[in-house]
Amino acid sequence: MASTEALSGRRPPTALPRLRVPAWALVLPPVAALGLVFLHPLALVLWQSVSPEGGGHGFSAYADVFAQAAFRDALRNTVLIAAGSTAGALVLGFALALVIAFVPFPGGRAVGRFVDVFLSFPSFLITLALLFVYGSAGMANGVWTGVTGAASGPFDFLHTPWGVLLAEITYFTPFVMRPLLGAFSRIETAQIEVAASLGAKAPRIVRQVILPEALPALAAGGSLVLVMCLNEFGIVLFTGAKGVTTLPVLVYGKAILDGDYTGACVVAVVNIVLSLALYGLYRMLTTRMDGVRRARA
Amino acid sequence: MLVHSPRARRAVQAAFFALFLPVFALPFLVIVTASLATGWSGAFPSGATLDHYRAVARGDALDALVTSVLTALAASAAALVTGTWAALAARGTRARRVVGVLFVLPVAVPSVVVGLALLVAFSEPPFLLNGTPAIVVLAHAILVTAFAYQSVAAALDRLDPACEQAAASLGASPLRVLVQVRLPLLLPSLSAAAGLCFALSMGELSATMMLYPPDWLPLPVKVFAATDRGALFPGAALAVVLMVTTLLALTAVSRIRTRAAYR
Repeated sequence: MASTEALSGRRPPTALPRLRVPAWALVLPPVAALGLVFLHPLALVLWQSVSPEGGGHGFSAYADVFAQAAFRDALRNTVLIAAGSTAGALVLGFALALVIAFVPFPGGRAVGRFVDVFLSFPSFLITLALLFVYGSAGMANGVWTGVTGAASGPFDFLHTPWGVLLAEITYFTPFVMRPLLGAFSRIETAQIEVAASLGAKAPRIVRQVILPEALPALAAGGSLVLVMCLNEFGIVLFTGAKGVTTLPVLVYGKAILDGDYTGACVVAVVNIVLSLALYGLYRMLTTRMDGVRRARA
Repeated sequence: MLVHSPRARRAVQAAFFALFLPVFALPFLVIVTASLATGWSGAFPSGATLDHYRAVARGDALDALVTSVLTALAASAAALVTGTWAALAARGTRARRVVGVLFVLPVAVPSVVVGLALLVAFSEPPFLLNGTPAIVVLAHAILVTAFAYQSVAAALDRLDPACEQAAASLGASPLRVLVQVRLPLLLPSLSAAAGLCFALSMGELSATMMLYPPDWLPLPVKVFAATDRGALFPGAALAVVLMVTTLLALTAVSRIRTRAAYR
């Protein structure tokens, strides 16, 4: 298998001038590989979701899953946590990026570097850290019991949706900051100086000069984060919260813990549809943003 | 400069650090500290120890690290070859849009679902991969190919066509233009893509949890297993090992990148 791949990998470029292979034909090998290992399996998931256990084909598995309270809870949790995390990440990311870009301070570049490194770490590290900070025997509760002498501390939200929300806002805020920092670096400082010299105060400059320029980046970053929140698995798994189930966790539970592949496929299809719809929106916003940028240039 | 009065500027900066440090720096500080502590039941950890790292060095955690690195290397290589090929071949053809959408699709599909799809597709002959390390590598490769493709496609858009046109007009064959002109010019973004792919694959948990066979346990799964049974401190040590390995790889790659950019 490997040797035939290597052969076919070498042949097209050398054969090009003699055989007159059309240029687009060279696209076929990687697309075929993607089709075999990604698109075809996805199609099989769709097929399995309409092939219930008893045989035949139909939507009975969908009716079963939709009737389960666990599924409806998971769907609600997923959407609410994703919307909340995205809103939180947008507000926090905008404020932090604003300071980095427009109120320069020594070490600002290092902070920007740190944000880049942050993006390449896995999400579950945040939950792991929060366990030490807010866990039942963690820092915050330790300080509280030390100061007040109480038997246990007041911080007990890690295993609730609020814990997941806090972890997701922490992890996804840098994903909003990076496109914003890029957009801010393209704003002419002269524009801000003019607005300030005409008497506009900082809040007004932010609202009327910076925000309109940053809106496309904000929209693009926000929808990307929304999709990533809908698909987030590690953070929810690590909180170990029985009360908080999201769609990806439900897929894992049904497939691996219950062995119910048809049910897992149904939940997976719902999750894909939700994410793809939002991702389509994201692509639309980013291509429009590119178009605006090109038109200006 | 948005804030002109020095006092207001200092206030804004203080507010920034009051927000930034606890939210973003504290998590890493806490994990590193916990990995060196025997216990933590107050404001500060109690007892310094290297036991957790000694356990990593002699236990099966070392196997997990090797497993993760091998998986990440194999997946990044496969993703780079596929992504670069697709970006190069689709450039300037009508297929470009379609190929772009197809290759970025794995980002939008939940990783858990990618894992489920591979389980459904490759659990029966003739493609029986379930239970082998290959299925984990395959999942990682699929998930990171999108980033390799995007990175190379963006670099190709910025590439000055004059160099390759000059080479072609001097009689260089398409293969020679590719190997001697285009790929060297792409080297900086290729190495950046390699670093990103490696880092993402090192930390991949969602699809791996669906697929890993008992004899191929990557590091994130090991971290989860440790914290799940309540062994938070050894888990923190494993997480530090994971972060340090990722950082080392990223640093090495950025070295290559600066050297390539100077040439």
